Amino acid sequence: MTLEFPRKSTLAHPPSLHPSYTSTVLRAPKKPLIIVPHTLSELTGPVYGHDKVTETDSDLTRQHDGEPQGERIIVTGRVLDEDGRPVPNALVELWQANAAGRYVHSRDQHPAPLDPNFTGAGRYVTGEDGRYRFTTVKPGAYPWRNHHNAWRPAHIHFSVFGPSFLSRLVTQMYFPGDPLFPFDPIFNGIHDAKARERLISRFDLDTTVPEWALGYQFDIVLRGREATPMEEPHEH
Amino acid sequence: MSTDRPDGISPSQTVGPFFHYGLTPGSAYPKVPVTVDGQVAAQGTPGERIVVTGRVFDGEGTPVPDAMIEIWQADAEGRYAHPADGRARASNSFMGFGRSDTLADGTYRFETIKPGRTPGLNGGEQAPHLLVAVFGRGMLKHLYTRIYFDGEPSNATDAILNLVPSDRRQTLIARREGSTYRLDIRLQGDGETVFFEI
Repeated sequence: MTLEFPRKSTLAHPPSLHPSYTSTVLRAPKKPLIIVPHTLSELTGPVYGHDKVTETDSDLTRQHDGEPQGERIIVTGRVLDEDGRPVPNALVELWQANAAGRYVHSRDQHPAPLDPNFTGAGRYVTGEDGRYRFTTVKPGAYPWRNHHNAWRPAHIHFSVFGPSFLSRLVTQMYFPGDPLFPFDPIFNGIHDAKARERLISRFDLDTTVPEWALGYQFDIVLRGREATPMEEPHEH
Repeated sequence: MSTDRPDGISPSQTVGPFFHYGLTPGSAYPKVPVTVDGQVAAQGTPGERIVVTGRVFDGEGTPVPDAMIEIWQADAEGRYAHPADGRARASNSFMGFGRSDTLADGTYRFETIKPGRTPGLNGGEQAPHLLVAVFGRGMLKHLYTRIYFDGEPSNATDAILNLVPSDRRQTLIARREGSTYRLDIRLQGDGETVFFEI
């Protein structure tokens, strides 16, 4: 079987071991990964929960009785493959801290206020154009004790199911111009500067809704299927 | 073909320690409506009902309490609930996908059915297996592995298992205890699990 999904694409990912992110030191495998050919197991992938996603799942400002505190934002973009083709019917899940930089998570001990009107979790299933859209609030930065005076840049976690288990992706979206970028080991675990930039959303005035919310565009790019191999025309 | 071809794929980032309410909320976060968990097969799903469980450990043998395991598997007849598997499917709702976070002692757990043999390379058949993705704090990208089942004669001829050096294959084969299959996942160090690049 020929490989349908290129492997070189995955060079964009950070290495498992990135010592300045201290938790990687004991959690990164030491033995090399074993390269496996793609079987039906890898080329298929889950389609679950898509039919249960409702409108308020993607509007994090309407999941409670009142409105959450903070700067309301719209985050939208397309799920694409690396050839620029939209990925329809992709389940996009996100989760994030509130405007004060606190997760609703039971183990988050950061002494910033919890917001009774904000959970910070949402879902969307992309349409034919691969587009998704969330309404939420801008998450705050927060300290995380990885090193002295460590603060995570504001970010939103994204979990995406593409068409196969090998296109499964969990990533983070950042905000343009964040002064914390040079100091964040998680962001800088991605060695290629251009690849890092793909995780920074773009402020977009056209997405911005007057008198109501700022807008950001963030495309998520998954591995793409290679085109059917063709004999290239050539001269002898 | 679109003209705005991206420069490359979006790089992976860790799920961090606080993914639970977004990805594995269970009953702990009732405002999060859609969930998937370790109950992979509904009652009545055809096949042999099994529990697949184990613990996740780091390089010092310490349990990892903030990992998330996802499994993807075929049904009892070896068919995937996905359009790329074009074989006719009996009318059942088995989706083949499960998610489990790890407990304080590193335990993950799935209740599912044992998968059948699936199509493999060059017209061959694979031994029954689960595809596994491991996520967690301290993991900038998820790791892929597989879980095979002890006592399966087809393990001996499985093309993927045979890519693994024989002295490491046992890290992929779950040990049977009644209807429970047990396999620990060691991210690093002694008995390190075999991870795959796919």
